[in-house]
Amino acid sequence: MIKIAGAGLAGLTTAYELLQRGAEVTLFDSGSGPGSTSVARYAGGMLAPFCEGESAEEEVITLGSRASEWWAKITAVHRRGTLVVAPPRDRAELTRFARRTRGHQLLTHAEIAELEPALSGRFATGLFFKEEAHLDPRRALRDLAQVITDMGGQIVYGHPAPKRVDLNCTGMAAGLPGLRPVRGEMVILRCPEIDLRRTLRLLHPRIPLYLVPRDDHHVMIGATMIESSSTRAPTLRSVHELLSAAFALHPAFGEASLVELGAGLRPAFADNLPRLIEQDGVLHLNGLYRHGFLLAPEMARRAAAKLMPQPANIFAKERNG
Amino acid sequence: MEFYGTALASRLFLGTAQYPSPKVLCEAIEVSGTEVITVSLRRETSEGVGTGFWHMLRQTGARILPNTAGCHTVQEAVTTAQMAREVFETDWIKLEVIGHADSLQPDVFALVEAARILSEDGFKVFPYTTEDLVVGEHLLQAGCEVLMPWGAPIGSGQGLRNPDGLRAMRAHFPNTPLVVDAGIGRPSDAAAAMELGLDAVLLNTAVAKAGDPVGMARAMAQAVTAGQTGYAADPMPRRDMAVPSTPVLGLAELI
Repeated sequence: MIKIAGAGLAGLTTAYELLQRGAEVTLFDSGSGPGSTSVARYAGGMLAPFCEGESAEEEVITLGSRASEWWAKITAVHRRGTLVVAPPRDRAELTRFARRTRGHQLLTHAEIAELEPALSGRFATGLFFKEEAHLDPRRALRDLAQVITDMGGQIVYGHPAPKRVDLNCTGMAAGLPGLRPVRGEMVILRCPEIDLRRTLRLLHPRIPLYLVPRDDHHVMIGATMIESSSTRAPTLRSVHELLSAAFALHPAFGEASLVELGAGLRPAFADNLPRLIEQDGVLHLNGLYRHGFLLAPEMARRAAAKLMPQPANIFAKERNG
Repeated sequence: MEFYGTALASRLFLGTAQYPSPKVLCEAIEVSGTEVITVSLRRETSEGVGTGFWHMLRQTGARILPNTAGCHTVQEAVTTAQMAREVFETDWIKLEVIGHADSLQPDVFALVEAARILSEDGFKVFPYTTEDLVVGEHLLQAGCEVLMPWGAPIGSGQGLRNPDGLRAMRAHFPNTPLVVDAGIGRPSDAAAAMELGLDAVLLNTAVAKAGDPVGMARAMAQAVTAGQTGYAADPMPRRDMAVPSTPVLGLAELI
């Protein structure tokens, strides 16, 4: 029996990988249900390795290259690419973004209109990252928890983990040396007037702004990055920036309803890359930073391989049984 | 030239925002040899100042110059400065009072007022100002012993928009440390500022948003040193016409 503390993104993905290998798995989580206390609730759910490559280490692209394939087995993954645009006065940012990323093509205004009719005539050029995808984080956490239960895994909610666990996936609560919180703030809108099909990134000199469409005309807008451990509700300044971005994208967002404001703490190490660390005989998977859905599958695979060095042998299991 | 009684070997001040990761930031600080780093204090920061990021900054060994970035009023700037003094245990403060949201141009009236309040309260104020000489004088009267004129709007990377103004400032304030703050985009901009005889350069975005921030930090440090050494070496005057660099007198007679 493998015991995991924390049923957030890292815990759930690793549990799945372990169950695949034939292990028995129990997860312990202080929350009330799938992802209820996980910072992944506030994620964008973008599977966008190439766009992230603009400011992240090359390793993020490598680790994340097969994420959408992995998630497609669990939940609905929308493989419609990412569209990157810039306001007229920040056009130089688009050139810079193109120079520092790969896997994109330059679109004309007509091609943008074809992809996203709602943006017709609003942007002269854009970058299209065809291979990228997105998912709904809360739904993905729910679906993954369900798959784990269906596979015979146990998730115990509202229960502190026992003293001795095999894998710790509790994010900031793990208190690992070198782990720091990076506060992020997000907004969810509902805007029936605008139909977006894919993730949009609006290049902005200060905040990497993105809009991710969700079901029923909902749109998630994220996200600030502040070196802070504060968990207070989003500030007016941050929300103002996020909402202005939506408004810059399309004035019809002015009539959108504000459905939710949220803030969470992303656990991150100094290089913003995730780590598998062994401390006092416990394996830790932590530091997914702002790349949770992108990097968790591959990190989970590696964690599972450490916890179960030999892939489960069906015959051995039968003999034992 | 000393900055409030502190001699600094490196004349490059580095901002700490917008780097791809703290690891890259710390490497940039290290290769640049900078001895002064600016940090922006916000309410969120003061709540979480015990966390990893601030610990990493302290470990670089560089002196921390907190700033009041994003403050638009005297009261905001003064409160932020007082918070920063407590949190970072330093009486140095880079005073920014923004007057215009789009150009981030300083509100020089509020700046002078905030500088006076903070100086009386014992702060060592580094005011972010324009190249206006009269404002500079008012800042000195308010208690400032350093002036930080802008090169160009914050984050614009335009370089020195008014070199003549900066030159005039040097001439007018020969004994006041002058730091070009904001607008530097390329190493040549940093070198140009130092060649004008200014005492230091403060920059952030030019390094943080470069494709290779560590490489750019090194280049900026080299540029600052080159400009500073060049100014001290008293450059030759400009001329309108060519002057041959080989002697004309005593040319070999070929027959």
